[in-house]
Amino acid sequence: MYTQGLDQKGQTANNRGTTESQEQLAAFQRRIDAEEKIEAKDWMPEGYRRTLVRQISQHAHSEIIGMQPEGNWLTRAPTLKRKAILLAKVQDEAGHGLYLYSAGETLGTSRDQMVGDLLSGKAKYSSIFNYPTLTWADIGAIGWLVDGAAIMNQIPLCRCSYGPYARAMVRVCKEESFHQRQGFDIMLALSRGTAAQQAMAQDALNRWWWPSIMMFGPNDSNSRHSAQSMAWKIKRFSNDELRQKFIDVTVPQAEFLGLKVPDDDLEFDKLTGHYRFGEIDWQELSDVIAGNGPCNRQRMARRRQAHDDGAWVRKAAQAYADKQAAKKAA
Amino acid sequence: MSKREWPLYEVFIRSKAGLSHRHAGSIHAADDQMALDHARDTYTRRSEGVSLWVVRSSAIVASDPAESAAFFEPAKDKIYRHPTFYEIPDGVDNL
Repeated sequence: MYTQGLDQKGQTANNRGTTESQEQLAAFQRRIDAEEKIEAKDWMPEGYRRTLVRQISQHAHSEIIGMQPEGNWLTRAPTLKRKAILLAKVQDEAGHGLYLYSAGETLGTSRDQMVGDLLSGKAKYSSIFNYPTLTWADIGAIGWLVDGAAIMNQIPLCRCSYGPYARAMVRVCKEESFHQRQGFDIMLALSRGTAAQQAMAQDALNRWWWPSIMMFGPNDSNSRHSAQSMAWKIKRFSNDELRQKFIDVTVPQAEFLGLKVPDDDLEFDKLTGHYRFGEIDWQELSDVIAGNGPCNRQRMARRRQAHDDGAWVRKAAQAYADKQAAKKAA
Repeated sequence: MSKREWPLYEVFIRSKAGLSHRHAGSIHAADDQMALDHARDTYTRRSEGVSLWVVRSSAIVASDPAESAAFFEPAKDKIYRHPTFYEIPDGVDNL
């Protein structure tokens, strides 16, 4: 599960045209500063509510769309065990989406509305899912890198100031750790395998490394909304801090696997204790976010089709419920 | 999209016998049985529960957070309800 740059898009000036008094805003900020949790029915600034609805719903959409690249390998998993594990993981992603929609709904936006915004293309989801899964090793790389990056992002969200979101994230994080380990386990098996399997693992790392570190969003200097989200304690660490942390823990894991991180500028800085790394291709990120990644259209078409294909089920369930209710009333 | 949104249910899980049910989140379902099934699939994939309650969110009566100070005020000044209010002289044990 996968938040990223989710606080980047579509935010308009906060509190415009509302009648929030300075006293209300100051009292709210005092609660935040005192580390109090905000609950669903509490008073909150409209900007806070809007930011959360956008972030939580985009986070939920990412879980739902995120089922596609992995679902692509369900029928072709190399063993029955791998297949069962992958099936459980994909089911978890659906569950994470549902936890998050449920947290989002506490802010007064219905799930149908949120889903509608995804289907119409108004709402975004994480850029990472617009890359294809070309080989089985990609399933390993997604678990290891993409879920690894997601965990970096999500652990601090467990302490987010909005109670329902924080509680959903606690649940998600518990499950996410399984996702990352199963991914690493796939990479480990490949890296201990034949030369062809090792090459497959390396190829997957080559393709997923940069998109994974882009998941943390733009550099802090270009991240317009971070400051407000930090002040509201929705966000606890900046994009660059989290990205650095991810690189620091992941590079030694790649070394353990005997794989080379595809960055010639990558170098451990003894003085700071951190890895220095090369320049990120921000143009690529903005292209993917703008809808022009390798799989954007395919992902959206598939989601819309799945939604339409399920229409008769929703209709039948409703008809059955109505019939039972009528019988009961009679 | 279905014209009518399925009603929202709140989900409560008893994690093991001896503990009380605890709120876990919510789900949408067309009817009560589906609500139980969805709650199981969504919130207990890792044996988190031995018992589930689902209740229509619209059926819950809740206190108003904006009024909570006044609502809970009567309990505030009755500190004598706590055992620590009472001073026990040295030498008195088992009290």
